[in-house]
Amino acid sequence: MAFIDYYEILGIPKNASGDDIKKAYRKLARKHHPDLNPNDKEANKKFQQINEANEVLSDPEKRKKYDRYGKDWEQAEQFEKARQQGGNYRSYAGEQTGGGFEDQDFSSFFSSMFGDHGGGRSRQTKFRGQDYNAELKLQLRDAYTKHPQTLTVNGKNVRITIPAGVENGQVIKLKGYGAPGVNGGPAGDLYITFIIENEMNLKRAGNDLFITTDIDLYTAVLGGETTIDTLSGKVKLKVAPGTQNGTQVRLKGKGFPVYKNEGQFGDLFVVFNVKLPVNLNDRQKELFTQLAALK
Amino acid sequence: MENNELIPVYHFCVTHEIEVSFIESLQQYGLVEITTIENKTYLKEQQLHEVEKMVRLHYDLDINLEGIEAIAHLLEKLRNAEERSRQLRNRLNLYESNPEDY
Repeated sequence: MAFIDYYEILGIPKNASGDDIKKAYRKLARKHHPDLNPNDKEANKKFQQINEANEVLSDPEKRKKYDRYGKDWEQAEQFEKARQQGGNYRSYAGEQTGGGFEDQDFSSFFSSMFGDHGGGRSRQTKFRGQDYNAELKLQLRDAYTKHPQTLTVNGKNVRITIPAGVENGQVIKLKGYGAPGVNGGPAGDLYITFIIENEMNLKRAGNDLFITTDIDLYTAVLGGETTIDTLSGKVKLKVAPGTQNGTQVRLKGKGFPVYKNEGQFGDLFVVFNVKLPVNLNDRQKELFTQLAALK
Repeated sequence: MENNELIPVYHFCVTHEIEVSFIESLQQYGLVEITTIENKTYLKEQQLHEVEKMVRLHYDLDINLEGIEAIAHLLEKLRNAEERSRQLRNRLNLYESNPEDY
C-alpha cells in the first residue's frame, strides 16, 4: 500500500487555499466524471482518485492529519496516542508495497488513515449504486435461439433469458443488479455486453447470413443441385445452368432471427465458388481442347 | 413511490435534497418529461437514471442548465455514434475474417 500524494492528484501546491482545492477538484471532476465518460474505466479510476483527494483536502481536520503525518501515515494512530501520552517516539517510513485504488470508493491508503468512509461525505443524498458491466461470450449458434443462462456477477447468480438474435457488442441492461445504492438509494444496473464468437463458415451482417459454397465446373455450366448446412438445418439449393463464379443467391427468411421479433428472420445469401478441375487426364484435356475449338 | 412507473417529483427532490425548481427548469429545457395527475407532478421511472445524472452534473460539478443541455445532446450523439460504430465493426468482420472467400 503506497502513500498517495493528494496535492499532486489535484495539481495544487501544499499551501493551496480551500477555494483553490474546490476549483481544482471541480475542474478535474468535470473532465473525468463517469457521467461524462461512459464506459471509460480509466476515467472512472481517475475520478475515484480525484474524489478521494478532495475528500481529504477539502476537510480541514482530515487535511491537518494528512499534512502532519504525510508519508508516515501508517503510524498516524500510534503517533496520536504517543503524542497524547506525552511519550517519546521515533519516526520511520513504513513499508510501501504498491497498492493504490481498487473497485471501491476509497483506496486502502485512505481507509487506513481515515476509516472506510472517513467520517462521511458532505452530501448525504440517496443515490443509485454504481452500474456494473459484464461481458458474456456466446457462440453464433447459441445466439440463434432464445435460451436461459445463469451468470455469476459479484458472487450473485443472475438468471436471464437471452432473446434470439442478439448481436456482437450489443448491450442489455438488467435493472437493480448493480452495486447497492449510496445512503439507502436504489441499486445500480447491470450492463451485459454480448461477445458473439463465430466458429462456423457462416458470416453475419445484422440479420443476414452469408455462406460461400463450392460447386464444380460441370454443375456451374450444366446446372444441378447442392446442399448447404444452415443454422436451421440442411437446405437443398438448385444451381442454374451457366452459374458464374461469385454468383450470389438469396434465400429469404433463412437468415438470423430478428432481435425481439419472434418469427422474423433475415435472409441467407449463398455465394457460389466455382472450383475448376485440376490434374486433368489426357481424355479430359482432349475434350476441353475440343470445347475450346468450338468457341 | 406511489406507482411502480411514476415517481412524485416532490419525493424525488426530498430524497436527493434538491429544489423542485431544478426539476421544473429541466422540464423547461426539454430535458425531462413531467407527468401531471390531479395537480401532482411525477417523473417516469425510466427517466430516473438520466435525471439523477443531471442532478450530479449540476450539484456536484456546478454545471448550469445550458451546460447540462449541451452535455445531454453530446452524450446522445456519442451513444448513437458508438452504436453505429458497433454495427459497422460487425459488418467489417464479414470481409476481414476470411478475405480469400470474397
